[in-house]
Amino acid sequence: MLHLLQKPLEAQKPSRRTFLKMSAGAVGGLVIAMNLPRASRAAAGSGELAQPFVHIRPDNTVIVLSKHLDKGQGTATGLTTLVAEELDAAREQISVEFAPSNPQLYANLLFGVQGTGGSTAMANSFMQYRQAGAAAKAMIVAAAAKEWGVPAGEVSVSSGIVSHSSGKSATLGELATLAAEQEVPAEPVLKSPENWTYIGKSFPRLDVKNKTIGAPKTYTMDFQRDDLLVAVVARSPRFGGKVKSFNATEAKKVPGVVNVLQIPNGIAVVAKSTWPAIKARELLEIEWDDSEAETRSSEAMFAELSEMTAKPGVKVREDGDVDAALEAAARVIEEDFEFPYLAHGAMEPLDIVMKFDGETAEFWFGSQIQTIDHNVAATVLGIPFQNVKINTLWAGGSFGRRAQADAHPVVEITTLAKAMQAAGMPPAPVKIVWTREDDMAGGYYRPMSAHKIKVGLDENNNVTAFKYNIAAKSIIKGTPFEAMLMKDGVDHNMTEGAHDTTYAFPLMNMDQSFQETKVPVLWWRSVGHTHTAYVMETMVDRLAKEAGKDPVAYRLEMIKDDPRKVNVLKLAAEKAGWDKPVAEGRHRGVAVHKSFGSYVAEVAEISFREDGTVKVEKVTAAVDCGTPINPDNIRAQVEGGIGYGLGAILRNQVTLVDGVVDETNFDTYEPLRISDMPEIEVHIVASNEAPSGIGEPGTPPIGPAVANAIAAARGEWVTTLPLTKAGLV
Amino acid sequence: MSVTLKINGETRTLDADPESPLLWALRDELGMTGTKFGCGIASCGACTVHWDGTPIRSCQTMVGDLEGAEITTIEGVNGKAAEAVQAAWNELDVPQCGYCQSGQIMAASALLSETPKPSNEDIDAAMDGNVCRCATYARIRKAIHLAADKMEA
Repeated sequence: MLHLLQKPLEAQKPSRRTFLKMSAGAVGGLVIAMNLPRASRAAAGSGELAQPFVHIRPDNTVIVLSKHLDKGQGTATGLTTLVAEELDAAREQISVEFAPSNPQLYANLLFGVQGTGGSTAMANSFMQYRQAGAAAKAMIVAAAAKEWGVPAGEVSVSSGIVSHSSGKSATLGELATLAAEQEVPAEPVLKSPENWTYIGKSFPRLDVKNKTIGAPKTYTMDFQRDDLLVAVVARSPRFGGKVKSFNATEAKKVPGVVNVLQIPNGIAVVAKSTWPAIKARELLEIEWDDSEAETRSSEAMFAELSEMTAKPGVKVREDGDVDAALEAAARVIEEDFEFPYLAHGAMEPLDIVMKFDGETAEFWFGSQIQTIDHNVAATVLGIPFQNVKINTLWAGGSFGRRAQADAHPVVEITTLAKAMQAAGMPPAPVKIVWTREDDMAGGYYRPMSAHKIKVGLDENNNVTAFKYNIAAKSIIKGTPFEAMLMKDGVDHNMTEGAHDTTYAFPLMNMDQSFQETKVPVLWWRSVGHTHTAYVMETMVDRLAKEAGKDPVAYRLEMIKDDPRKVNVLKLAAEKAGWDKPVAEGRHRGVAVHKSFGSYVAEVAEISFREDGTVKVEKVTAAVDCGTPINPDNIRAQVEGGIGYGLGAILRNQVTLVDGVVDETNFDTYEPLRISDMPEIEVHIVASNEAPSGIGEPGTPPIGPAVANAIAAARGEWVTTLPLTKAGLV
Repeated sequence: MSVTLKINGETRTLDADPESPLLWALRDELGMTGTKFGCGIASCGACTVHWDGTPIRSCQTMVGDLEGAEITTIEGVNGKAAEAVQAAWNELDVPQCGYCQSGQIMAASALLSETPKPSNEDIDAAMDGNVCRCATYARIRKAIHLAADKMEA
């Protein structure tokens, strides 16, 4: 997501500013001078060693503080693995909690603010969390040396037991209080990779037990308190619409309803519990003002995008005079692609809890960019930054949905709190629940897009020119991220995976055009790669066919200078048995793509059912994400990433009729189900490179791999998604 | 209106709107939040509980219909099949975000109680109503087979 933001900008303390300026400032962020925040002595009276990332308690438990939100991607376990490794703690004694919102201590080192996204968690934390573990261990060792009167160099730690050759031994917990009095080492010594016992091996997830017994207090949706109020909000059916007038007489009669209040984003029904709020909302009579709303249908919006791709746009990449080269080509292949809006559809619909007492505000939710949420809360409520506390909770999925530039759930709940205050209601914690319909019809979609490709070929079918025009609404233009992520008016989030391709085309130009619409758009698992990988990998497959070459062999020739890509492609091909004929009735397709620093190749094997629909039978994946930290979680993320991408290309789209969303629940936005799930094999490349992303990179290649398998059978590539439109699902 | 029923073996009296879904009675009235709200239209299975041993969607089961019913939720599910399923889920690290997994486990437990040695086709048929947006389906299949093995052992 924010992976382009690699450099911290000028130091800037969070403070109250105007909404946009403040948020932009927040993203501009703080200078992180060093990876390991100094701090920390024993928390007063607790007797524990309390450092920013790790607490060791006298009862011998070790708590790792995860600065990143875990929404299923396994980050909390990953960060804990790093600390456990360097601390030499036993897995049984270690657990994880989410860190408080504090950009000084817990900024994502690639963003400059506290936030999770762009598959950066391990990439930015790999050294930091190892250093935290190593520093804690050095302090434990120093404490043991002092206690036992032996040189620190003779003290060793293994599986949470500190020992000396004299026979003395202690647990980490027994030494915690004394350790807290030791100097925090400035440059703790890290283990050599050959001595790793957890990294690259096995460290089972820490959250599985709770998630298999329905444990309370896990997700925001489960937040409970006796005085908790629950609100649902009636929002405009059209994006950009506003309340003209409303009548809440009937709604207020529903037992359990406490109040009905107008907020900037709609009408909020506040009740003692969820069901009365949902029921009462249906009884509201609201007249909407659509004068500034998006009232077009998606068909008209696609037509606009298509026209945009026929014209020059903002130059994203310009190798030379591509039109002249196309003119001079022996022949030109032209193709138009269309990708629909996609909803994230995380299993836990959006939700947020806050208590505001007039001076301080406390939040409980799956906050994904804590620093923006924190700043927006302080700004809307008009209270100092330090009067806001965010408790980050486990999120039931996100796929990008909880990482909003505009912090709209925070805006909604803080404006509701002010409305409650203005109505004379006593301070009480309130939870806003989005129903599935609210969540799905509420926008923040993967942008719809159109792509026009023209490829020039010479007499020998070699590529001479590659012209790529893309049109979509920008995710970042006009948001607080614009200042940071757009350079010279170019949005690279939209074109990533295409403008930076390592396919050796002699001449490639890429233009982008920006659609304007009130429909809010957002990063969706793998962002620009969700469409660029599909376009590039189906086009390359087509070019291989034009050249009369095998799809794998052709790619290998064209990516000679990209050894890690070559490697995963060869590995996936080998494991899938690419050199052997495919079984009767089966068809194979391949795709390889780099995203978020990681390389993934996938071979999809499909068959056709009797009715002509596609069944994806098997996917063989090879992945190079640098040093593999937790191999089983890497496999899990690639399996899940494939499933997530597959569901989307098979049958997912959000369409509008006169500005109103058609697909509002899982009956019409039909998700991937177990009967759709192929067998999946994931092969991980051994690597000493720095760790890179894994939450997203499994997703981009599956669409084109399946499309290429379909083309292997039918001779043509699907260029309009989802596949339902081609009658293939 | 009040309805008396058994939840996880205990007799409970619900003083609720008879048109209120069991899901919200469990979560908001009884504080049992293991049963999840996912779609509200019986399309995702996150709210699956057992009614007399049969998996049902609690979001579309109204409290007014439950007089005398025996309901089992994720908080109370036990017995050979459920324990084997939970153990297998832990062994294979099935959950990712985990939000759907209460429902998955309720559905899988019911399947194994009826069909102790299910085929992949049996699994797909029994589990197709339970959506997992993290797409942990490959592991769910493996874990159900593993649970079946555990039950046999």
